[in-house]
Amino acid sequence: MGGRETDVVLLDENGIRSDGRKVNETRKVTIKVGVLKNADGSAYIEFGGNKILAGVFGPRDVHPKHMSNPDTGILRVRYHMEPFSVSERKNPAPSRREIEISKVLKEALEPAVILEKFPRTAIDVYLEVLQADGGTRCAALDAASVALADAGIPMRDMVCSCAAGKAADTLILDVNNEEDQAGQADMPIGYMPNFGKITLLQLDGVLTTDEFKKCIELGIEGCKQVYEIQKNALREKYFSSGDNN
Amino acid sequence: MANLSIIDKLKRSKILDLLQEGKRIDDRALDEPRPLVIDTGVIPHANGSARARLGDTEVVSGIKVQPDKPFPDMGDKGIFICTAEILPLAHPSAETGPPQPNVIEIARVVDRGIRESGMIDLSQMVLQKDKSVIGVFADNVVTDHDGNLFDACSYAAVAAIITSKIPKWEMKDDKPVLIEDQASDTPITTIPISVTMGLIGEFIIVDPNLDEWECLDARITITTNSDGNIVALQKGGSDGFSLEQLVKCAELSIAIGKKIRDIIKQATEGSK
Repeated sequence: MGGRETDVVLLDENGIRSDGRKVNETRKVTIKVGVLKNADGSAYIEFGGNKILAGVFGPRDVHPKHMSNPDTGILRVRYHMEPFSVSERKNPAPSRREIEISKVLKEALEPAVILEKFPRTAIDVYLEVLQADGGTRCAALDAASVALADAGIPMRDMVCSCAAGKAADTLILDVNNEEDQAGQADMPIGYMPNFGKITLLQLDGVLTTDEFKKCIELGIEGCKQVYEIQKNALREKYFSSGDNN
Repeated sequence: MANLSIIDKLKRSKILDLLQEGKRIDDRALDEPRPLVIDTGVIPHANGSARARLGDTEVVSGIKVQPDKPFPDMGDKGIFICTAEILPLAHPSAETGPPQPNVIEIARVVDRGIRESGMIDLSQMVLQKDKSVIGVFADNVVTDHDGNLFDACSYAAVAAIITSKIPKWEMKDDKPVLIEDQASDTPITTIPISVTMGLIGEFIIVDPNLDEWECLDARITITTNSDGNIVALQKGGSDGFSLEQLVKCAELSIAIGKKIRDIIKQATEGSK
């Protein structure tokens, strides 16, 4: 976030952002559960303009075998963007960015998944970004944890995720693509709501210590909103009357 | 922790027992980084270089400066690229071959700290807008691995950049031509310092050594600039932090970052 020059007004005099949102408002989030036939668990999320599919396989045999662990199951995450997901065609081979995101997402999910129950097995999470619009890693993490739940994998908690950041000298919730390009800071947060534990945290951009604390608190509010949407999406599939817990 | 060997499990319980008594396995205080030694100008063929020794972790960073094409959307800025590699002689477990995710992460975290802080004023590195700019390449090689490669690479790269010189090029017939003996100091705006902290049980420890590193529950790298603001951050490892722990880490990173910045400033002063 070099604070790149742009014509876009990120925040107008009424505190309204370039896409019409208030500073503490997330984009529209919809999640559908069980969208794939072959996967053991799956989810599709639309987070603003992001469109992401998550598929979970396992617990299943580990290939290559040397990766298996006699004490615990292992979690593997692949985050991948389709060549058509961004404005200029992306090379389909995994980039360094995608490899890094795969790793941080795996580490964001691991605290929540009870892997010890499945020694010598792997749980594979595949995240395919069909369309990217800023904040794909957060949206992918939201979909991944719903897909894991849909696969019936025992979990300590859901992981919900949303970014907070800074644009036009103001702290904002859920940074979109324009704000990411021209804003001052972008901080994706992953959160286990029932443990109060932050499991994904990255930052690009400049914040004071005080802003850092406020930014996390703002992000956590966003995570909690997403958590409700995740729960509702699961209810929708498993209690289709929708009024059960 | 999911993937520990039996030895690591024994080590972890020993390290945790010591932490309960407020001690660390190498007798440091919990918030005490290992001694940092920086040597600059170690590779005369490079445009800038440094060797950082953080305890027994050693990294050599070399800066190469050469004309390049700008990134497509940033024609008015020079480019900065940072890589990292764990050499096979650095540790028995290090292997040759394509970079593994953990090494890619190190390079990207070091890169982010330097880039996001705006350490190098890249707007001064344009030869011809949208056509030709000056590229700064910071390549870090780990020669001895005793944990916390994030900070060791970051300190080596930052020190190397501070001491680097930018040769002069002029555009002739749409091609950059080197003008001999006219190198100038690299335009530096701030000194970003990363501080990596590990979480073991309830304890936060600064600059974990390899024994500690292998049994961390989670870790966090926070980079601060000369003004004491946070410029980049990365959480890793298979557990999470509470908000209170993160606020503590942020404060630690500013206080320790200041001391490390002074060490790097002192080490690089003579060579400017």
